[in-house]
Amino acid sequence: MNTRRGFIKSVSIIAASIAMMGMVQIASAADTIKVGILHSLSGTMAISETALKDMALMTIDEINKKGGVLGKQLEPVVVDPASDWPLFATKARQLVSQDKVAVTFGCWTSVSRKSVLPVYKELNSLLFYPVQYEGEELEKNVFYTGAAPNQQAIPAVEYLMSKDGGSAKRFVLLGTDYVYPRTTNKILRAFLHSKGIKDDDIMETYTPFGHSDYQTIVADIKKFAAGGKKTAVVSTINGDSNVPFYKELGNAGLKAKDVPVVAFSVGEEELRGVDAKPLVGHLAAWNYFMSIKNPTNKAWIKQWSDYAKAQKLPTADKPLTNDPMEATYIGIHMWAQAVEKAKSTDTDKVIAAMAGQTFKAPGGFTSTMDPSNHHLHKPVFIGEIKEDGQFKVVWKTKGPVKAQPWSPFIEGNDKKPDHPAM
Amino acid sequence: MFFTEVYKRKLLKIANILMLIVLSLVAVFTSHNAFALDAKEKLALSLGENEARIIALNKVVLKGDAQAMPYLQSLLDDAVKVQGEKLFLVTDEGAKDAVTDAEVTLPEDAEDIVNNNQMRGELEASIAALNLLSKDSATRLEAVKLLQGTEANASRLALIQKAENTESQPEIKSMLGMVRASIELTSDDKAKRLAAAEALSTSANGGIKQMLSARLGADGEKDPEVIAAIQLSLKKIDSHLATYEHIGQIFTGLSLGSILLLAALGLAVTYGLMGVINMAHGEMMMIGAYATFLVQNLFTKFFPEHFGWYLVTAIPVAFVITALVGVVIERTVLRFLYGRPLETLLATWGVSLILMQGVRSLFGAQNVQVENPAWMSGGIEMASNLSLPYNRIYIIVFAVLVLLLMWLMIAKTRLGLFIRAVTQNRSMASCTGVNTAKVDALAFGLGSGIAGLAGVALSQIGNVGPTLGQSYIVDSFMVVVLGGVGQLAGAVYAAMGLGILSKFLEGFAGAVLAKIFILVVVIIFIQKRPQGLFAFKGRQID
Repeated sequence: MNTRRGFIKSVSIIAASIAMMGMVQIASAADTIKVGILHSLSGTMAISETALKDMALMTIDEINKKGGVLGKQLEPVVVDPASDWPLFATKARQLVSQDKVAVTFGCWTSVSRKSVLPVYKELNSLLFYPVQYEGEELEKNVFYTGAAPNQQAIPAVEYLMSKDGGSAKRFVLLGTDYVYPRTTNKILRAFLHSKGIKDDDIMETYTPFGHSDYQTIVADIKKFAAGGKKTAVVSTINGDSNVPFYKELGNAGLKAKDVPVVAFSVGEEELRGVDAKPLVGHLAAWNYFMSIKNPTNKAWIKQWSDYAKAQKLPTADKPLTNDPMEATYIGIHMWAQAVEKAKSTDTDKVIAAMAGQTFKAPGGFTSTMDPSNHHLHKPVFIGEIKEDGQFKVVWKTKGPVKAQPWSPFIEGNDKKPDHPAM
Repeated sequence: MFFTEVYKRKLLKIANILMLIVLSLVAVFTSHNAFALDAKEKLALSLGENEARIIALNKVVLKGDAQAMPYLQSLLDDAVKVQGEKLFLVTDEGAKDAVTDAEVTLPEDAEDIVNNNQMRGELEASIAALNLLSKDSATRLEAVKLLQGTEANASRLALIQKAENTESQPEIKSMLGMVRASIELTSDDKAKRLAAAEALSTSANGGIKQMLSARLGADGEKDPEVIAAIQLSLKKIDSHLATYEHIGQIFTGLSLGSILLLAALGLAVTYGLMGVINMAHGEMMMIGAYATFLVQNLFTKFFPEHFGWYLVTAIPVAFVITALVGVVIERTVLRFLYGRPLETLLATWGVSLILMQGVRSLFGAQNVQVENPAWMSGGIEMASNLSLPYNRIYIIVFAVLVLLLMWLMIAKTRLGLFIRAVTQNRSMASCTGVNTAKVDALAFGLGSGIAGLAGVALSQIGNVGPTLGQSYIVDSFMVVVLGGVGQLAGAVYAAMGLGILSKFLEGFAGAVLAKIFILVVVIIFIQKRPQGLFAFKGRQID
């Protein structure tokens, strides 16, 4: 009898305290708007994603100093999914259902985005994805502030085939073994076929995540390049494997004027720990480079350097900005603008308000959110690595380019609509 | 007084006249022999489409104008800026007008002249061609080396022929002949083309192979006789290249083997000799790598002028630190667990997690940067398709040295004798007065210290992060188990064998499949021969 009463008592206490906790949460939610940040701060992707977390915090700080959104301060909730793809989904669910964030900024690799997609769809929450990717996706709950293939990969290969780029006729497609490189290379192969390049002149190789021994691959590239036509390498290697890859390139004396390597996931941040002298002339294609000269960019870099120093970030002595950081910055600002416009953080209202948002980006152009397809209109730049690890722009588009998430080089894509399925 | 004043004036006048004569002579001389670039030429070289700029460049090279070199060099160094149609040379002190050489201040809106790969390649080759007539033989050698394998360009032919005729060093002369042949491959004269195709057969250069195969393409060679000659040359070049390729394959295999060996040597002591299933072995390597990182930071802070020495200093430091960590682990955890392999496994796994998280808290979860000292960067270029990177060579040497020292330690010293005695028969050794507890601690410290040394080597080729050890722990166990638990020679053979086999497989199956395949091979091997390559003869370890 006694024990049963005790049991009932404890249950009711627990229930009461849960209710209290809920009330506390609601109370605090009234003062701030919670914003999730979902980037790997450890593991193989930390090299790239940590800077995005810090950039997101800086942007939130900036918005808060100007009075926040809808008169409320933003409250960042940072979690570490540790480069572990299933963990991304767990953490995303935690952010949305436990922390009740209004929006999440996060992910780098496509495999992590694919892993969290079902969560955002099921709970009807918003994800802003700041990295260039392979396309073939258009979800209602996601805004893509990075580049689609026609805003990065295709122009880069076109450049390599042009006279200025060295008239390459033979291509090595080298990547990390997961969905982004595989799909990008599928698109690129179809594109190269359309330009009359045969399968014999395309070599496709993959390495696992975190691979660190690129001796054989660099030797194979050399051998392939001696096959009679001008050769270029398209690298979709992601994460910290890039460091040993570029070290090996430098040590093996593979010069850019003989075999140029164009990379889609290597920016200023990834080259931080690499001696760039032997890499001069290798290329990267992005929608932003730190070396771009314009007043907006100058002010942005200064803001970032000051923030890094004030927060005593480990990188403060050499603050760098890069394309995904710019995309994060644009994404958060556009979301804030959309919330102001919608006067609510409700997912569907914000999605409607996002269409056509503009923002003056550090890249020197005004980026526009497409009215229907959830992607930004962005300019494309191709840069060559300089001795100091920065890039100098050798080619750029005249203005922003509209994204084609469904690449026309994949069969059947012409029938897919340019807006998310409802 | 007056006289001297007049005299002085006269002298000045004479000096002035003399100066004028000399100056005009110089002017006549230079305008005759070599023209410094005029403003128009400089503009043509610097502005506009790459194609037009290259044509202007070829014109300059065709003239063989050595005076053009400084300007070309500044273009290559990105030291030229432009504002409208005005060119500026950026110097250390400030800026100069590129045409008049007058000191000016650089206008705010002056833009960089952008040279992309193609332009830079052409500039480099043009400077090299002009350098062929240099008086310094080292400069000439470097120039001709650069010209080998670069795209054939007929405008350089005159310079090359001139250089070949005057060249006194046979080595440079023969290389010049090759470069000439690669240009004459597209000559109008059939005899020249034939001779060129034959001359090129002795080369082992990927660039020349590329050039020859390109001539076999649709818009290349039409004459059957020349085609046959090209095909023959290609065959010969292929066989030269193949030799180097095989050497390269063996080298990469040895290199991977040496890394595996370093990673496994420490484990060969702790697991092989002592029988401790040490799951924290990888973390010992990680600690060694972080020790290297710390020493590097100390050097950049206090002795930046001796930065190259940091790696050498890091070797003993890493050894001592990891050995101490090893001794502490042995004294506090392992000594209670001898003879209970399952518990040891779990305990050391726990230790490995603690160490990883500890490092994460201390240094952050991100990778830290360990720079290669200058003497570790670059490589020896054996042939155009084979260069042996210094870092790999040093690591092979280092692995051999560590192996040698360890063997001496185990086989020749008193401590080594004790270790062997204790691991073979603990109670007997104890009876004869060996302090087994102390020996255990020292042996575990030794194994850990060697893992730390492996960490120093790994920091030079891969990324240094908290999870560094995780990527090597499987490989280390694989080597020790495959080699046969309990002795060193097996580990050496297993490491080298696995290294060469996996590089060989990677050659035709790719990195992902090769890794899977290696694991399958090891599993099958262990099923058939559980005792490993070399079984430990005699009584089993207790």
